[in-house]
Amino acid sequence: MWHDAVLVAGKDIRIEARSRVALWQIVPFAFLVLVLLAFAIGPDQATLRHAAPGIFWVALLFSTVLAIQRSVAVESGEGTRDGLRLSGIDPAGIFLGKAAAVGLQLLALQVVLWAGVTFLFDVHVHVVWLAVVASLLATVGLACAGVLYGALSAGLRVRDTLLPLLVLPVLAPVLLAGSKVWEAALSGSTSSGTQWLKILVPFAVIYLVVGIVLYGPLQEAA
Amino acid sequence: MSASSLVPPRPRWLDVVGVLGLVATGVTVWLGLWVTPPDVVQGNLARLLYIHPPLATVALYWAGGVAAGGSLLYLWPRTRSFFWDRLAASAVVVGAVFSALTLATGSLWGRPVWGVWWTWDARLTSTALLLLLEIGYLALRRVPADPAVRARRCAVAALLVAIDVPIVHFSVQWWQTLHQGGTVLDPGFDLHVHGIMLWTLGLGFVAFSLVFVWLLGVRYQVEVLQDAVGGQELEVSLAERWSEDTELVGVGGSGAEAHERGGAP
Repeated sequence: MWHDAVLVAGKDIRIEARSRVALWQIVPFAFLVLVLLAFAIGPDQATLRHAAPGIFWVALLFSTVLAIQRSVAVESGEGTRDGLRLSGIDPAGIFLGKAAAVGLQLLALQVVLWAGVTFLFDVHVHVVWLAVVASLLATVGLACAGVLYGALSAGLRVRDTLLPLLVLPVLAPVLLAGSKVWEAALSGSTSSGTQWLKILVPFAVIYLVVGIVLYGPLQEAA
Repeated sequence: MSASSLVPPRPRWLDVVGVLGLVATGVTVWLGLWVTPPDVVQGNLARLLYIHPPLATVALYWAGGVAAGGSLLYLWPRTRSFFWDRLAASAVVVGAVFSALTLATGSLWGRPVWGVWWTWDARLTSTALLLLLEIGYLALRRVPADPAVRARRCAVAALLVAIDVPIVHFSVQWWQTLHQGGTVLDPGFDLHVHGIMLWTLGLGFVAFSLVFVWLLGVRYQVEVLQDAVGGQELEVSLAERWSEDTELVGVGGSGAEAHERGGAP
């Protein structure tokens, strides 16, 4: 399973490195969301600083949807899914591999977003480890839930409109907990931040386990 | 072939459940609005609480349980049957209606008691999330696909929706919420409701559970009919295409013959 996961993740990352869709479309999109939300909130620096954690996580969530759509699109070529299925690779391995590839892209995206938030909204993270742990946990959860729902909508003609409707309510707890942890990390109150980490941990574990179990049946249905 | 011949007749017990549900609901309304006294603190507002917890119970435990159970049984190869798929889908439809009613009655009660229509309380938020997830499931279900493929997709989607059910249940224990703690599945099971009010609330649970079973049965019949109609539409359009093709072949054939005849010296 792990060997298969590395193979699939390597394939997706190589495709990404050559096509650069994430670099030239998803990262600029995330940045655009930051700017648009700032426009909506107005130029008041104090308000923007207060809203910065939420803006960061909303931008990340929307970009996650794009990253998942891209991850599904990679497999939507003529007979690609059948090829993958016939290759004898463990479905759990495919799930883990695709989730790892999406997760790596999301991590890179968060570094850029972090810089963007710091630059645009003049915020400074006081408890760095808290924000980093939140980002890592959230990445696992977002990538696993995302890939699972991506597989659910794969092969459907209405995939692009259906996926956000299906996946965004599911990802909402990450938005909630992530924003709270960031608020705590910005203000330096570690204890309230660790409270919210307790949501990110089960979220990541549940979707990781559910994905490993259910990806096989889903793949057959695609 | 008429659509009615495709569906097994509605079982007798379902009609009985429907009538019982209607009567029980009627008696609950009568007891709740006329017989029970107003609450000491909340006055007449307490009357909404004869229906709000029963609605929530049906939406969360009955509908959520049937949807998750049916989906698991469909995914399990030994018990795979479209019966479970349709049952789970029916449960989600009925569950979505009851979730919406739960939110609506809660909101009506919250305005005068809490002072707001809506608050970002953990239980309210997770229930609203449940409704959104159910709507997502229904959107997925409406996408045309091969029945076996659709059933499998929907079964997985229903299990993912079901993850929210324990979150809603435990939300009042995990977080400090404005919403009160568990009513029926109170960890101590110590109900502080007395006399006729308790009976009315109890009857409310029975009434809405009966209505749930009835709606589930009726919705199941609709699912069977929809599948039958979908299959028939496919057959009809295939037959139309076939007849068009044979006509075209006929025209093309005669044209070629004419050409041959014309071209012959």
